[in-house]
Amino acid sequence: MPATATPAERVELKSGPPPAAPAGSGGRNWSTRRIERTIKYESDRNVGFGRDVMRVPGCEQLENCIQCGTCSGVCPLSIYMDHSPRQVMALTRADFRDEVLRSHTIWLCASCYACTVECPQQIRITDIMYELKQRAIDAGIYPRRFPIPVLAHEFTHMVRKHGRITELVLVIRLFLKTDWFAALGNWRLGLDLTRTGRFSLLTERIRRHGDIARMLDAVDQPKHPSP
Amino acid sequence: MKFAYFPGCSLKGLGRAYEESLLPVMRHLGLELEELDDWNCCGATAYMAVDEAKACVLAARNLALAERSGRDQLLAPCAACYLVLNKTKHYFHDYPAMKATIDRALAAVDLAYAGDTAVRHPLDVLVNDVGLDAIRQKVVRPLRGLKVATYYGCQLVRPYATFDDPYNPVTMDRLVEALGATVVRYPLKTKCCGGSLTGTVPEAGIRMVYILLNEARKRGADCLATVCPLCQFNLDAYHAQVRSEYGDVIVPTVYFTQLMGLAFGLPEKQLGLHRAAVPLRWRPPVPEVAHA
Repeated sequence: MPATATPAERVELKSGPPPAAPAGSGGRNWSTRRIERTIKYESDRNVGFGRDVMRVPGCEQLENCIQCGTCSGVCPLSIYMDHSPRQVMALTRADFRDEVLRSHTIWLCASCYACTVECPQQIRITDIMYELKQRAIDAGIYPRRFPIPVLAHEFTHMVRKHGRITELVLVIRLFLKTDWFAALGNWRLGLDLTRTGRFSLLTERIRRHGDIARMLDAVDQPKHPSP
Repeated sequence: MKFAYFPGCSLKGLGRAYEESLLPVMRHLGLELEELDDWNCCGATAYMAVDEAKACVLAARNLALAERSGRDQLLAPCAACYLVLNKTKHYFHDYPAMKATIDRALAAVDLAYAGDTAVRHPLDVLVNDVGLDAIRQKVVRPLRGLKVATYYGCQLVRPYATFDDPYNPVTMDRLVEALGATVVRYPLKTKCCGGSLTGTVPEAGIRMVYILLNEARKRGADCLATVCPLCQFNLDAYHAQVRSEYGDVIVPTVYFTQLMGLAFGLPEKQLGLHRAAVPLRWRPPVPEVAHA
C-alpha cells in the first residue's frame, strides 16, 4: 500500500491502489492541492456491494434506513469523521464501496453502540461498521501506520499466539509499528504504571494455546464472495 | 451462590485493582467465584473489527468451558467481555450459519457449547440477586459525605441492556446509595470514554476523557465510579494529557467494588486503591463505638 497520495482521478482508483490519507489528519493533503470532482458517477459504484453487506449477520436492516441522521446526532465521534454515520449508511447501501472503505468514519467508531440503540429502524450500525472495517482490512485499504487497524492486527496476532492479551506489550508493539516517537511522549504514563505496580511485560499465555490456532483455522471459509 | 468467573485480560493486567477488590467483596457477601480453567481472551472490539466469526469462536470457547465446569452462570466483570460473550450467545441462537461455524471450531478442540450459560455482570448479580438489603447489612463504614458520579460507559448497557436502561441506568446509583454515599446527577453516565482511541487517535480520545472528567467536576463529584477496566484506565491514566490540552481537571476514578470494600470495612490493602494514578484519598469516617 503506498503511503503517499498520488494525484489521480477517482475513477482510476477503483482498480488501482487507493490513495492513503495522512494518518490522523482530516484526510486531505492540501499541500498537493489534489482537485477532484465532487459528485458521484454511476461508474463509481460497485454494484452488489450494498446487498452483499446486508447479507452479513447483523447487517440486514440497513435496507430500511430512512436517512434520519439520528446515528450522526448521537455519535460522540461524528465531529471527527469525514463522512457522518448517516452518509456511510447511504453510501454503503448505494454500492459506493471504495468511498466507504476509504472513509475515516469506520475506524473512528469506538463501538459505543449509541447509534444502534437509538436507530428508529433497528439498524445495527455498529455491526455494519465492524463489517466495513473487516472489508477495508481484507482489501488493504487503509493508510500504512494508521494506528487503529494496526492495533487490530497486533491484537489478533497476540490472541492467536498466546490466547490472551498482555495489554502493555500490545501497546508497545502498536507504538513501534506506528509512531515510536509518540511512545516517548507517554513517558509519564509509564512512570505512573510503574509507581502503581502495573508495569509488567510478562506475557500472559493459556496452557492450551495451540487450541486457539486450531479453532481459528477451523473457521476459515470463503467469507466475502466478491460481487 | 456459585458462579463460574471470567476475569478477562484487563483484570489480570492494567485493571488488576478491579479483580483485587471484586474477589474479597464477593466473598464477604457469601458468593463463590470459581475462575474458569484456562480461559482465553474474549476478542474484545479489536477482533470483531478483523473477523466476526473468529471473534465469536474465541468467545464461544469460554462459554463452552463454563458449561463444562457445571456452572450455569458466568460472571464477567469487564464490560467488553460481558458484551462480547453476550453477543456471541445471541449470534449462536439467532444465526444458524454462525452456530455451525462455532460448533465446527469448538469440535476441532473437543469442546461443545449448548447455548445455555447465562452471562452476568457483578453489578446485576449484586443488586438483583444478592439484594440491596443484604448489602446494607454488611456496611460498617457508611460512605457518608462522599459524592459519587456513577459512570456506566457503553458496553455494559448497550446494546444488550438486560438488567437496566441503555441510556439512564440506575443499578449502580442504587448500590452506591446503599453504601451511604451521595450520587450526583451525571447525565454523561453512558457517554463513551473513547475506548482505545485514547491511544490510537489521542486528539479525539483525550477530548472525550476531558468532557467526562470536567462534567464530573462541575457536578461536584469527589470521584467517578466505573464498572469497566478500560473506562477506569482512560479516566484515570490520562490526567496529564488532559492537563496539557485543557488544564487541570482532577477527579479520581474508582471501581464500584472498591467503594463497596471501603464501606464493608475490608482492609485497604485488599482493595487496590493504590493502583490508580490519581487515587481516591477520601476515607469513610470511622463510626463511633456505642458504649453499652
